[in-house]
Amino acid sequence: MLKFILRRVVTMVLSAFCITLVVFYLTNLQPNLEKIAKSEAGARISDEEVTSWLEKNGYAQPLLKRYGEWLGVAPGWTHTDEKGALHGRCVTKNTDPAAIPRYCGVVQGNWGQSNVFKAPVLDIVTTRLGLTGILMFWVMMVMVPVALLTGVLAGMREGSRLDRALSTFSIASTATPEYVSGVILIAVFASKAGGLQWFKGSASSAMDGITFSNFLLPVMTIALYGIGYIARMTRASMTEVMTAQYIRTARLKGVSFKNVVLKHALRNALIAPFTVIMLQFPWLLNGVVIVETLFSYKGFGWTLVQAAGNNDIQLLLGCSVVAVFVVLVTQLLSDIGYVFLNPRIRIS
Amino acid sequence: MQDLTWGAILLSLAKLFLPVWIALIATFALSITFKKHLGLYGKLFDSMIGMIGYALVMFWVFTALFAPMIATHDTLSQIGQMKNALPGTALPDIESWYLLGGDHLGRDVFSRMVLGSRVVIQIAPLATLFAYMVGITLGLPAGYYAGALDTALSFLANLVLAFPVILLFYLLVTPEIVATGLPQFIAVVLFILPLLFLILLVNSRWYVKPMLRNIVVGLIVVIGGWVYLALVGEPGSRVSILPEAMDIIRVPGNILIVFVSVVFVNSPTVFRIVRGITLDIKTRDYVSAAQTRGERPWYIMLWEVLPNARGPLIVDFCLRIGYTTILLGTLGFFGLGLSPESPDWGSTINAGRKLLTIAPHPAFVPALALMSLVLGLNLLADGLREESLRD
Repeated sequence: MLKFILRRVVTMVLSAFCITLVVFYLTNLQPNLEKIAKSEAGARISDEEVTSWLEKNGYAQPLLKRYGEWLGVAPGWTHTDEKGALHGRCVTKNTDPAAIPRYCGVVQGNWGQSNVFKAPVLDIVTTRLGLTGILMFWVMMVMVPVALLTGVLAGMREGSRLDRALSTFSIASTATPEYVSGVILIAVFASKAGGLQWFKGSASSAMDGITFSNFLLPVMTIALYGIGYIARMTRASMTEVMTAQYIRTARLKGVSFKNVVLKHALRNALIAPFTVIMLQFPWLLNGVVIVETLFSYKGFGWTLVQAAGNNDIQLLLGCSVVAVFVVLVTQLLSDIGYVFLNPRIRIS
Repeated sequence: MQDLTWGAILLSLAKLFLPVWIALIATFALSITFKKHLGLYGKLFDSMIGMIGYALVMFWVFTALFAPMIATHDTLSQIGQMKNALPGTALPDIESWYLLGGDHLGRDVFSRMVLGSRVVIQIAPLATLFAYMVGITLGLPAGYYAGALDTALSFLANLVLAFPVILLFYLLVTPEIVATGLPQFIAVVLFILPLLFLILLVNSRWYVKPMLRNIVVGLIVVIGGWVYLALVGEPGSRVSILPEAMDIIRVPGNILIVFVSVVFVNSPTVFRIVRGITLDIKTRDYVSAAQTRGERPWYIMLWEVLPNARGPLIVDFCLRIGYTTILLGTLGFFGLGLSPESPDWGSTINAGRKLLTIAPHPAFVPALALMSLVLGLNLLADGLREESLRD
């Protein structure tokens, strides 16, 4: 078990390393750097000025060297301008030149400075992640119980009318991507033309305080897409369990249907959905990006879009590290949890 | 001119879709008559869910086919007075209506929705097919040989899967990156795999008939190679291999880039599915029989393993077209790839979402269209799964 976890962690770090390198490469292509130079130093600067700006700000070094700087394994760049003032990656204003550290990268806990938000990346990412965490929490609170209930009710009696109705509902909800259900929900519940202005079409006020009216629509939009998927998995696993020998034995023994479902079937049927629920996190991230953009809720997803749209290299790298770790950690957790829930499976 | 009521709007819509209704009825009548001779496709008509799904999908396929006949207005012409006009509003001068209203620039929502179906119906199935050929060409050997090859390919696939899709799109589709030719280089690598797939397929089948094999492989190399070069190369861009006269396939604007990104995102999942099924199937007796017979590895993979994996693959194919449609919409939603004037559903939803609380219909109509198509594909896949499990 320990060996398995160790191996997975090594793969995880290696993946994160590869992905950040790819993101670093793509964001540091020459046209992207020129765009940064123009947005920082003025749009009408000449080509020579662009080159000198890039040189002064440490962008002109080889790619791997700069990646090393970001990672904290290569010394940060420094540049002394005409007035003799020192600029550099590790240089902050009002510090004693002697106290400037040689290395300042991710390893040292310095994630760099965001160009767009003019703030340290680590601060931005943690605050935004907190906001997204609140959203995710409510999504999970809505999604998991509804999905499990739907799946269990549908799978309990396969082929019944209840099963058909619930299955159709779950197929319909998986077929509706977030940007479609979001649009429909806003059009129906939040627009003048829809007539019912029960909720708010924007969640920007939810960042200060969550109320039912400003948070229900975004939560429902993300939850709806996931409900269908988890419900279908739960249904499949439930129908499989309901045909098992021990269920038949229990029925023949005279246990009531209600007790068979609650005491015998449910526990075994919930093993498979557990993995599915865990594996939802990565694409919840995807849904979060869409929903946060649609409802202008300034969380992690919204930040990711801002960073990507403005080619904010440091912020983008920070975001991708977080996103990649969310994906890989949930994969690991779901594997481990699966083993604990189902002792028949052994990892070797 | 009088504005139309909702009843009149629905009636005119039904009338405009007349060619689609006729084609649908003809398809269903023919298929149901001959369903006994049509294999799995025929069996689809035994399941209600499958039939509903198929009808929804074919509705959009025929709409895309007859789009110029159905659309009532030009997709780009703007009429100032019709900005955010309600459904059924009459045009100021001529005897005509905006059946489903006007968008924020005064264009006809209905015609844009109808012509937008063309973009989706063209790209989504083709991109899924390409993703499948890439996934199969890599997944079969990974599952069959296992070992280091499998470890390396699986690591790569997981790497792409661990990428947040939207970040990947932003990184691949922004104009600055497109100018460097990077998506085209990915296309060069990705699109060689379908060609390789076809060659391997033919080569392994007719290996014992060298004459026939040489002719067919030669034809594939010449025609497929030409299509390949014409597809990935674009005169004037970073990758231009063929001279302009020979470059028959002109992929307009950014469509190739969108296509490449969608294939790139989809193929790792297909790879994982194919690899998993191959790992399972290669332990079967008929595979050992073929190995004992002395068949070559590629023959076993393509003509023993692959046909026996078709059930789950066909079902997943349908689901994946739906997923690709969603991805295309996502791209449009973030305003990536396709030009903002393009009538495709994702871009239209994106354009309409800013005024959603005031005038919801410009976004609502394409949203409903996209949902019905994906729903149709899901139902179709469900019907196929049920019917293929039955025997």
